[in-house]
Amino acid sequence: MIQNILEEKLKPKAYSSDIPSRWCPGCGDFGVTNALSRAFSENLLDQERTVIVSGIGCSSRLPLWMGPYGFHTLHGRALPVAAGIKISHPELDVLVTMGDGDCFSIGGNHYPPVMRRNFDLTAIVMDNHTYGLTKNQCSPTSQVGYPGTLSPVGNVDEPMNVLGLAVANGATFVAQTFSGKPKHVMQMVEAGMKHRGFAFINVLSPCVTFNKLETFEYWKERVVEVPEGHDTSDKIAAWKLSEEGMRGNGLPMGILYQTTRPTYSDQVAMVKEKLHSVPANELDMEAIFDSLTPGRK
Amino acid sequence: MAIDIAIRIGGEGGEGVISSGDFLMQSAARAGFEVMTFKSFPAEIKGGYALSQVRFSDEKILSQGDGFDIVVCFNEEAYQINKRLLQPGKVLVYDGPGEFEIEPHAGVACYAIPMSHIAKSELGAYISKNMVAMGAVCELFGFPVESLKRSIHDKFIKKSQAVVDQNYAALDAGATYVRDHYGKDPTYSFPAARAAKNVIIVDGNQAIALGATTAGCRYLGAYPITPATSVGIYASKLFPKGDGYVYQAEDEIAGIASTIGASFAGTKAMTCTSGPGIDLKSEMVGLAAMAEIPVVIADIQRGGPSTGMPTQHEQSDLFICAHAAHGDTPRAVIAASNVEDCFYRTIDAFNLAEKYQMPVFLLSDAALSLQVEAMARPDLAKIKIVDRLRYKADGNGERYQRYKVTASGISPMSHPGDRGGTYCATGLQHQENSAPRTSADVCVTMNDKRWRKLDNLEAEIECATEGAAKAKVGIISWGLTQNAVREAMVRMRTEGMEVAALYPKLLFPVPVKAIEVFAARCTTLLLPEANYQGQFAQLIRAATGIDCVRQNIYRGEPFIPKEIIARVKELYA
Repeated sequence: MIQNILEEKLKPKAYSSDIPSRWCPGCGDFGVTNALSRAFSENLLDQERTVIVSGIGCSSRLPLWMGPYGFHTLHGRALPVAAGIKISHPELDVLVTMGDGDCFSIGGNHYPPVMRRNFDLTAIVMDNHTYGLTKNQCSPTSQVGYPGTLSPVGNVDEPMNVLGLAVANGATFVAQTFSGKPKHVMQMVEAGMKHRGFAFINVLSPCVTFNKLETFEYWKERVVEVPEGHDTSDKIAAWKLSEEGMRGNGLPMGILYQTTRPTYSDQVAMVKEKLHSVPANELDMEAIFDSLTPGRK
Repeated sequence: MAIDIAIRIGGEGGEGVISSGDFLMQSAARAGFEVMTFKSFPAEIKGGYALSQVRFSDEKILSQGDGFDIVVCFNEEAYQINKRLLQPGKVLVYDGPGEFEIEPHAGVACYAIPMSHIAKSELGAYISKNMVAMGAVCELFGFPVESLKRSIHDKFIKKSQAVVDQNYAALDAGATYVRDHYGKDPTYSFPAARAAKNVIIVDGNQAIALGATTAGCRYLGAYPITPATSVGIYASKLFPKGDGYVYQAEDEIAGIASTIGASFAGTKAMTCTSGPGIDLKSEMVGLAAMAEIPVVIADIQRGGPSTGMPTQHEQSDLFICAHAAHGDTPRAVIAASNVEDCFYRTIDAFNLAEKYQMPVFLLSDAALSLQVEAMARPDLAKIKIVDRLRYKADGNGERYQRYKVTASGISPMSHPGDRGGTYCATGLQHQENSAPRTSADVCVTMNDKRWRKLDNLEAEIECATEGAAKAKVGIISWGLTQNAVREAMVRMRTEGMEVAALYPKLLFPVPVKAIEVFAARCTTLLLPEANYQGQFAQLIRAATGIDCVRQNIYRGEPFIPKEIIARVKELYA
């Protein structure tokens, strides 16, 4: 949920850093970066009170090129770092950008608990169905038969239903979009940023250098808008849509699922209230020492 | 009359062994005695042999001592384990007669107290067994029973007056049995209660949580692991009182990852774990060092390798804490030796981490985690708290450089929310403005910058020493072993031996100057440590070329003073 708003609108370009971006020409991740800049601009985001956290991989370089505070962490570890930022500083707006290998494979122990706890984060996965930075190995979302360099006869693993997993793991906002449709990416990012709770946005983002199968054209033909009349509050319907995509019946584009429940920040606030929290520098250490002195309470 | 009495209680885990020790401890502190406890229990929740030992004295207690004077055996297993230690002059109190047979012990006063029988038959509550035993102990040795009763009252009044009365009745039953059958023990006798000293009673892990709170820490991210969990348990009740939080993360990596996130965002933060957790956290240690984010990592060491001995004492994580993470990763390692030290060294760890913006390890261990002491109440006015150097926009429009190269290696840090302070922290090699860069000059400049922070670290933390200006044997020790050495030193110096001791708190970077000066005072150096490899001895040798005679134990128990004295005497020529 966006909390930090400027009084005056900045141009999208103002949300870039002075570090030049270094992705392959034509990379799908440029589309995501542009969509983010435009969404930030449209929503008057105060980037000095915003953090973009990423892991490791091509897509995780994104915070370096962008204007807000950034933390380019370790492979797979963006979500727990973001969790610590959000717990200690709920007043900050926090986005997380990851790749498919980053989030779903090496980070696989983090995204279920962070979703379940409903951290108020906007998590964007740039899903290119391959490991780009290590030059083309199969990722958890690669199709069966994908020619990864560590798979001499092609990928033998079934791809992961990442949208279905997000629904099952308790994400309160689950959407998919495609970097070949920049306006749609921006809409989804905006909706995710406005959502109060954990927003998971999977962006199909082609790797033009290595993934010669799932190109812009390939995905353009296979994405379908979430049907009109889809009930985004229906968890089962969301699961079914995600499964249709896995079965080759059109990759759903749009919001599959959205609900509200207390965020982790709400829970932290509740704990503090129950323990009669005072501002950090007003904590009475002498009273704490008294409670540890025999015969004194 | 001066006292120095150690009471050991042994029995089945879950039978009240540990709580009996805690009650004796609490009441002795109320009665104005110096006290220290030593506990040991199995990794399993129920069953197995549990031990609680309390040492009472008029003077500051340096270590757990060599053994016990009085042993209270709740069952036969406790008797069998401890019987070989029943030398003349010691006292045995045990569950009997009729529960199990004891052998003759020359010169040992043996008191059979039917603890189980009285609890079951007279009181109708087997759970009262330990209180019957405590009542007998009070009567036999003149332990101030009123202080014990007050401790029991404070603990159980939250439940009900009936529970308090039930415990009083058990105490009285034990005491009555002693009066009817034995009277006072002629050897050991406690003096009357005196005015309580200005102390707080805490265990090692609680002292770490308190030290962290005092240092201003308001975030702890961790995963449950023995014997470190209780640091988090204490902190989870303390931190939220002051707008902080303890996060039970999904795994060890997330524990430190969230901690680094909190610190990046501007909150003083720590994680706590034991050896297996350090293995898992290592990559994150490198990130904190590279991205220059302050973080304190408390390692409550246990027996290793692998799952090893989760509840046993060992000092075998020094290597991994000095070396965790690949590449050239600057960090500091500090070790605490007793409960009071856990409090103050935690503050040191935060002060170093914050000042130098890097990971700092705090080493404690399984025995120290459970050791309870009555430590002098901290005087907040005398405690120095260091905060990180913050960035302040000067308004001249100059772009903020997060990793600005400075003479000290320390660069002003901005926090999200600071105007004009945006940057992207990264674990990639980077230039001053945080942009990734691998050119030769940047690599050299930035490595030098990060390592420069360690140049003067030795001067930050005092390295205590004692003993002869010229010593035949000099002892270097760290962590819990320092307590046994301190007590050994008192005894050896009383004997007129020319010995000296050095007590480093900073272990890495190795305090080279202090060790070289100390080595020049001593003919032979001895380094006792509870690990197989002689880890500190090896670090010292690597850093200084100085060789110490190594005394290594790795049996899951701490050193006792007399084994150090024995080794010194072998070397003393």
